[in-house]
Amino acid sequence: MDITPLVNGLYAIPLLGLVFQAIGYLVAVLPPNSSSIMSQATPLALAALCGVLCERSGVVNIGIEGTMLASAFTAWVVGVALNPMFSADPSPVFGITIPLLLALAAAILVAVAISALHAWLSISLRVDQIISGTIINIAAAGVTGYLDQLISKNSPAGAGEFVQFTPPAALTNLPGVGWIFAMFLEQGPIGMSVIVFIIGAQIWLFRSRWGLRTRAVGEHPRAAETVGIDVIRLRYRNVLIGGMFAGLGGAFLSIEATNSFQLGMTNGRGFIALAAMIMGRWTPIGAFASALLFATFLQLGQLINISPPGGDLGVVMGAIPAQFFDAIPYILTIVILAGVVGRSVSPAADGVPYERESAT
Amino acid sequence: MSGSAAPGSSPVRPSAGLAARTWSVVAVPLVVTVLSVLLGAVIMLFSELLVPGHPFDWGLPLTAYGALVNGAVGRPEAIVSTLVYSTPLVFGGLAVGFGFKAGLFNIGAQGQFLVGALGAVMAGVALANAPAPIAITLAAIAGLVAGGIWGFIPGFLKAVSGAHEVVSTIMMNYIAVQLLAALVSGPLKVPRSPSPVTFDVGNAAFPIILGPNGHLGILLAVIAALFVWWLLYRTTWGFEIRSVGANRDAARYAGMRPKLITVATMTFSGCLAGLAGTSVLLGVTHTMTSSFGTTVGFDSIAVALLARSNPLVIVPAAVLFGGMRAGAGLMQIKAQIPVELVDVLQATILLFLVTSPVLRRVLRVSSPGAGQPGEDLGVASVDAQAAAI
Repeated sequence: MDITPLVNGLYAIPLLGLVFQAIGYLVAVLPPNSSSIMSQATPLALAALCGVLCERSGVVNIGIEGTMLASAFTAWVVGVALNPMFSADPSPVFGITIPLLLALAAAILVAVAISALHAWLSISLRVDQIISGTIINIAAAGVTGYLDQLISKNSPAGAGEFVQFTPPAALTNLPGVGWIFAMFLEQGPIGMSVIVFIIGAQIWLFRSRWGLRTRAVGEHPRAAETVGIDVIRLRYRNVLIGGMFAGLGGAFLSIEATNSFQLGMTNGRGFIALAAMIMGRWTPIGAFASALLFATFLQLGQLINISPPGGDLGVVMGAIPAQFFDAIPYILTIVILAGVVGRSVSPAADGVPYERESAT
Repeated sequence: MSGSAAPGSSPVRPSAGLAARTWSVVAVPLVVTVLSVLLGAVIMLFSELLVPGHPFDWGLPLTAYGALVNGAVGRPEAIVSTLVYSTPLVFGGLAVGFGFKAGLFNIGAQGQFLVGALGAVMAGVALANAPAPIAITLAAIAGLVAGGIWGFIPGFLKAVSGAHEVVSTIMMNYIAVQLLAALVSGPLKVPRSPSPVTFDVGNAAFPIILGPNGHLGILLAVIAALFVWWLLYRTTWGFEIRSVGANRDAARYAGMRPKLITVATMTFSGCLAGLAGTSVLLGVTHTMTSSFGTTVGFDSIAVALLARSNPLVIVPAAVLFGGMRAGAGLMQIKAQIPVELVDVLQATILLFLVTSPVLRRVLRVSSPGAGQPGEDLGVASVDAQAAAI
């Protein structure tokens, strides 16, 4: 049966027609871009995972943005510095080279160091955790801006980048489900590993002893300490592990998604990730799903400029300034915060510094 | 190892000796500034290694700092320029500090700054040919109201739904950037102009009251600081704000309405940040381009933290950072040190400032505050419920 007249009839109804056109546009445009959406989601998901690990143990970390920026810069600088020293051809899988691996390691190291600073300030010194995170953001923006100015005087060559894996076309061309394979397999090493980390963290947080302890410390540190858990040490450990994921997300920006560093290239991703974490109710899988939603909107903002929809929908959207579509992820973040936060309950001791009972 | 001295166990505040008490107040800011300057020197020496082709110069930090100080206060015009740079920082610092007093962290000063400038330019262009007193007053009010709206939204959302102001104000910053770009390249753009730029504000521009470029905003900033001090310490509303900041629950039991205070504080904070944008637009640039944007947002947080949110201390703190911004240009010319060094110095000052519990132990000075975490920053206690970010 030919449904074209029916579809045309639906499109003809004003407003409802626009809705159908919008759905038609999304169905047409999103699956072929599933791989790019996953690339947008990768730094968000890694940053959100960092947030989950910190906050489940009771430490608020809004310095994720700065941590990612610093590690993106580190990865790029180390790549630029080491690239000329090694002449070996990149490996056929992922385009891995020794400089790239060292750059990745350096990025993670820097992120862990910054997280250690945040942990020391907020856990040991019991500085307001929001202030500590903000100072990390200011410091990261300042230091990367200063060093970038100095290094760009040398007009550096590229740092090299990880290359996307190309899954067999037979798999990605499968009708109906091919785009799912493309989404998870048409990725570089960091993008492909995200789903593994997410599932791993989900199992770890809800099925392991450490996970149970983490949640206990985040909900009621005093009770946890009573049964012999070292609250301070566990918080330190979680913040440092979280830092590794933030570092991975930062490195993704400068040596996998692009081959460059720009000032402030994290562009609020660290904060959007926190909203994704809240929307995902402090679970790794929930945070990942929310990150995918945000990524879809980030990608849509670009797609609308590249291949604008036709018909009445195109006319309506053409009248809206392009900047509006760029602002959608940020507006969405506020809407989600305002709408979800009341029903999504944070760990009880989140953001509250812990003070040991004085020894007697 | 479990942290600084617990409340109650901190050393007893010396009741005698004015010198000792003064020292306990100035020791930390002084040591923090000296340490930051030293660390800045180390960073400059280190950064010489990054740029090959120059002979290594041990005196570079001295040259750079000399140029920085010279550019900030070397000549009468330089001092006026420092004051011009400080003006938006006073407004911005007051905005952030005012929020701190109520236990609110307004990181949205940057966005409120931009939207305030946007409001001022829209009104200013419309009133460009009106009599100057009317044009200036209305344009400044437009900037104030625009910033206030941008602060009201996160305040309202926080009161109604609990959305944390830190994330929502940051998002408002990004939205402000897009709004500004859309308006300046759209309805506000001068027709047939090759680049996106608005018309001049004409008669709505602030008059010059000091030297070559010292505009009326300098005076307004000082008045604003006095007004905010009066508001916080001499009015009922100020008392309620400080009470809510000190203990939300106690304030509620005492009959105050913390939610209302939250909305009012964020709105007023937005108004102040909007005036920061207004002062730059009406006092300095007079037109707006799509790249209109500064570091005022971050700088304001630094100013408020350094001044421990005290409205009267915010003025000298703003002059310190304003002077660094004013002198940075000469430093870049004389010593080839990028102006971004100021951002680094600012960050190190903040970093040393938050570690002040350690500094206090090293220096053996007691705290002027009540011995609570955050006392050195003048930030009211964190609302534990609101930490859900």
